[in-house]
Amino acid sequence: MAVLEQAAPEPVTRGTALGAIGAIFRRDVVVTGREFWMFLAQVLLQPLATLFIFGRILPGIGMASGDYAKILMPGVVVLTVVITALQSTAMPLVIEFGWTKEIEDRLLAPLPVTWVGVQKVLFAAARGVVAGIVIFPLGIWIVGAAAVHVTPANVGPIAFYTVMAALVGATIGLTLGTLVGPQQINIMFALILTPMLFTGCTQYPWAELGHERWFQILTLFNPMTYASEGLRAAMVPTLPHLSHLVVVPVLIASIILFGAVGLRGFQRRSVD
Amino acid sequence: MSEAQAVQAVARESEHQDAIIRVERLVKRYPGRPTNAVDGISFAVARGEIFGLLGPNGAGKTTTIGILTTRVMPTSGRAEIAGVDVARRPVEAKRRFAVVPQRNNLDRSLTARQNLIFHAAYFGMAPAERERRADALLEQFGLSDRGNERVDRYSGGMAQRLMIARALMHRPDVLFLDEPTTGLDPQSRLFVWDRVRDLHRAGLSVVLTTHAIDEAESMCGRVAIIDHGCLLALDRPQALKSLVPGHRALEVRALFSPEQAGTGGPALANHLRGLPGVERVEEVGKEAPVPAGAPPVAPGGPWGQAGPPPASPRPGEVVLRLYAGAGTSGLITAVAQATAAAGAEIADLKSHDVSLEDVFIHLTGRGLR
Repeated sequence: MAVLEQAAPEPVTRGTALGAIGAIFRRDVVVTGREFWMFLAQVLLQPLATLFIFGRILPGIGMASGDYAKILMPGVVVLTVVITALQSTAMPLVIEFGWTKEIEDRLLAPLPVTWVGVQKVLFAAARGVVAGIVIFPLGIWIVGAAAVHVTPANVGPIAFYTVMAALVGATIGLTLGTLVGPQQINIMFALILTPMLFTGCTQYPWAELGHERWFQILTLFNPMTYASEGLRAAMVPTLPHLSHLVVVPVLIASIILFGAVGLRGFQRRSVD
Repeated sequence: MSEAQAVQAVARESEHQDAIIRVERLVKRYPGRPTNAVDGISFAVARGEIFGLLGPNGAGKTTTIGILTTRVMPTSGRAEIAGVDVARRPVEAKRRFAVVPQRNNLDRSLTARQNLIFHAAYFGMAPAERERRADALLEQFGLSDRGNERVDRYSGGMAQRLMIARALMHRPDVLFLDEPTTGLDPQSRLFVWDRVRDLHRAGLSVVLTTHAIDEAESMCGRVAIIDHGCLLALDRPQALKSLVPGHRALEVRALFSPEQAGTGGPALANHLRGLPGVERVEEVGKEAPVPAGAPPVAPGGPWGQAGPPPASPRPGEVVLRLYAGAGTSGLITAVAQATAAAGAEIADLKSHDVSLEDVFIHLTGRGLR
């Protein structure tokens, strides 16, 4: 009975909230690490197929211009980063709050419950960034190095927009994950994710949409548009694009807005 | 003073100086609900005590535990664990307790051993110590050979054992067990209760909710009976049972000839009421002609639908329960003689133990489920 000591007058464990959040990160790394190849296959198959068909096959048979791969590449990176980060918060939260309740052990750890939500966002964003980083070498392999414009001069802005895209995706996922019940997952994909995929300026530059004015305006409501435009401006600065002075504040505002709404939702789902 | 106030005054009086849990005038109203889920409950749990919360579903037990474990914000009132206000300082409070919930909430992405180790890591336990402790607890809960398996392969009983082991990893002062044996096979139930007794002997304070009356009686030092968010009674199980008038009972099954059953039963009951020491006699079951369209058992009888079910009487059989405060052993001969004198044959004669469920029915007029 060595493990059943007398109850101590003071708590035996004196870990800090930061220590607890570090342990939750380690837990997530262990879980993601064990399924790393599955994780990569899950997040990379669709963007790679997109790059292959639209960046190589269509230009090859003359149905798209040779430069299209340049436009597509930053868009595919943003799409991958945003969707990976979004799914990394939304899906586990829907399942853990709605069904398995396995998040409870972390909610009862000695740290404020909202920190558990913040940790979810940061880890999901990290997964998004990892997926984005992997796209670059694979993109060079599929559509050729000429279409993937990365130099020491623009690597900073590329990294910045990749991180912003990841945080936007993760905070939108936090909001969806705390609002949506397990029965509504299918609806969420149909009504929110699909429109997001096609209105985020990932497959086309925003400035070229002038002939479909209503659609151009519609795309402005999708935060992904600003990440795509920002990353495209960093990688292909010669293309017409939304100004960094518009893109950066809107991205920051989106992260703050969805982060705040999501954390409120998280708090509401954690404590009655 | 209303009855509820009187009960609370008694609860406050019995409050221990060395209380590990202190709950004062706790109220919880969920938004949009017309009534309070917890309606001004006060009680204290002594350090090292096993304390039971008993009541039907929706009585407020789970909400009370939810408030104490920081998952529900109280509307008003105060709840403390080891002197820490759980609503104001939830992070500090969380170090002091552990919860074993009713439903499996193990981390399904991890192995059993990782469930224990990460739990301890969340609480800041050093790596070497959490490894050692995880192995010791897996051993103690009979899970050593399955420790490296993913928990989604675990049976209900194994998951329950692992959840208790996980709860103990960070050495809490108080262990909350919410319906700890619901859905377990008899062997697992015994195992769980044996471990809880060990923990109690080691000085841990335990708060448990249960529907299993016999388990509450045998495990708990004191039991709080809760209904509609209010504390109806709080005392040792034996003392609670003495709240039921004539808290010892004798049950007799008398077999009349069919034509005698209608009149013989009431006559015998009247006769038994006259015996010295008998406080109350109730007819708890008899074979009666069933009117067409009526339910076979009238609801809201003396034991409600959920009361201890009398075995269905045979034709002409009358089941009477005699309550006697001073004990029933001296009554056996007299009851046997009276039954024979009434022209009936004794099919069975046994003592009936008043249970906490009888206490609940006495206090509320309803069964527990």
